[in-house]
Amino acid sequence: MTDQTDIQAPVAATPRAPLIVAGVLFAALALIPLLAEIWGGAWLTSLAVRAMILAIVAISLDLLMGQGGMVSFGHSAFVAIGAYACGIMVTEGVYEMALILPVAIAAAALFALISGAICLRTSGVSFIMITLAFGQMIYFALGSLAQYGADDGLTLWSGPDFLGTRWLSSDMGVYVTVFAVLLGTWALVHRITGARFGRVLRAARQNPTRVASMGYSVFRYRLTAYVIAGVIAAVAGVLWATHAAFISPSLGAWQRSGDLIVMVVLGGMATRNGALIGALFFILIEETLSSITHDWRLIFGPLLVLIALFARGGLVGLLDRVRGPK
Amino acid sequence: MSTTLLLIQLLNGLQLGVILFLIAAGLTLVFGVMGFINLAHGVQYMLGAYLAVYLYGLTGSFLAALVLALPLALLLGLVLEFLVFRHLYDRDHLSQVLATFGVILFLNQLMKVLFGPASLSVPPPAFLDFSFVLVDGLLYPAYRVALIAAGLLVALGLWLVITRTRVGMLIRAGATNPDMVSALGVNVRRLFLIVFGFGAMLAGFAGVMAAPLYSVEPGMGDNLLIVAFVVIIIGGAGSIRGAFVAALLVGLVDTLGRTLVTDGLRLIMDPSSANQIGPAIASMLIYVLMALVLFWRPEGLFAPKVAR
Repeated sequence: MTDQTDIQAPVAATPRAPLIVAGVLFAALALIPLLAEIWGGAWLTSLAVRAMILAIVAISLDLLMGQGGMVSFGHSAFVAIGAYACGIMVTEGVYEMALILPVAIAAAALFALISGAICLRTSGVSFIMITLAFGQMIYFALGSLAQYGADDGLTLWSGPDFLGTRWLSSDMGVYVTVFAVLLGTWALVHRITGARFGRVLRAARQNPTRVASMGYSVFRYRLTAYVIAGVIAAVAGVLWATHAAFISPSLGAWQRSGDLIVMVVLGGMATRNGALIGALFFILIEETLSSITHDWRLIFGPLLVLIALFARGGLVGLLDRVRGPK
Repeated sequence: MSTTLLLIQLLNGLQLGVILFLIAAGLTLVFGVMGFINLAHGVQYMLGAYLAVYLYGLTGSFLAALVLALPLALLLGLVLEFLVFRHLYDRDHLSQVLATFGVILFLNQLMKVLFGPASLSVPPPAFLDFSFVLVDGLLYPAYRVALIAAGLLVALGLWLVITRTRVGMLIRAGATNPDMVSALGVNVRRLFLIVFGFGAMLAGFAGVMAAPLYSVEPGMGDNLLIVAFVVIIIGGAGSIRGAFVAALLVGLVDTLGRTLVTDGLRLIMDPSSANQIGPAIASMLIYVLMALVLFWRPEGLFAPKVAR
């Protein structure tokens, strides 16, 4: 490749508001273990851990959807790959996270590379459908692993070690780890989006022909993004297996992928905090509604329809509108 | 595997293919003509099956339930179109996915509330409650044969409507170039409504016909919907002919794959690992097929020449 002219970012200055919002959110998340300590509710930390893991996945999906315009309906497959890499290795007697994590990442990257190379030959609805098909493939493949629980799932009787310590077996250890990974993911994606890589992705979403004519391989950039997002989701899957100590193929079911899309859209696509807010809010709604009624989906379903019809830009867009026009 | 078993598997594959076609036909038209991605189409199939259960309970006759269920399925489809879907035609695919996903969650849960989470069933009509003898000791239920025949008849009727009538011509034109059809003064909204209602009714018909064979339960349409999308992608969006060929292909590949893959693997590896790997590969087979088709012909096998 010869030297390429940078695609200029449309707005030069980074607005500070998203950084402040993110700061507040992370500070609140950091305080949750303290609150749980005071109220003595282990469910609060558990809930927060679940929300944070989903937030990691949602942020990675937003890199695809928001930046690259690639609506993947099979993103939960990567979570399942990560979770099963962890579950299978633990079952086979490999407890060291320093070994589990690279295997999970390699498996997810390989699958993302192959499936992504095929998926990215298409776009639009076909892309949605073929990612869905690959997701289903993983789902059925995991369901047929007879020695690892098949459809019934797999219980991890003992959690993974962290560099020889039992750090990941304590609630606090898991919480701190998940929090750190979430923070790292946010910073990484924030950095990627701000870099030339992110600008090429965004430009290719708007006009792939023009980006290609400028000498960028749109395919390569998109595939790279697809692999990065898949790997991040797989790391989240490892964390999920560690936290829940139980995994099943339903982690990779297409409904889970649907939930992830909902989170991203709910929060607001292609905004710095949308996926984060969306995931936290999703868990909050689910928890609140399911405490009101067992049939919470009767409320949640129509809510989704209303969001799709009326809430353009998601929650972050709503925040912006409340703050007033620019 | 013996020839008779193969024959039974062929018939089963055909039967799955017919049900898939009934679902995919509406889906491919809605998708091809309106560019609308309707995840809730599988729910129409589920509603058809529940209507069959409910109406059978009322009337005690399968045929009466079938006759009553069809207009009701049509009505439910039109209600959904009026309440939700018509506001989404001009929106991006993401909004459509989101909204129809919401509709799925709602209706699945509603069925659970109304009918309970347990799976229900309907007996096949009495005059079809016998079996054909293929060879000594091997029976094939007449109802399944009737279902295949009914499905093929509907396919024929649909083909006649699409190729021989004015509405069919407009639908084909709409699948090729909706903007031009609209510019020529056709009421596209009404065309959409017809296509949509018709598709919903076909899916409902599939649901009623499937009720005596499969367990009727919330979410029963979801997995079939995914497979129906596979059918559409393979056949090419907007093509009834493509949907028909692809539906039979997918039905046969899926059904035969489940027995043949394991048997085939036994030839090259020891039986126990073949028994493990076989089902895994078999359940992935149709997705592999779809990936292959998309790889070689991203627009599908029979896609209408789209001028957009």
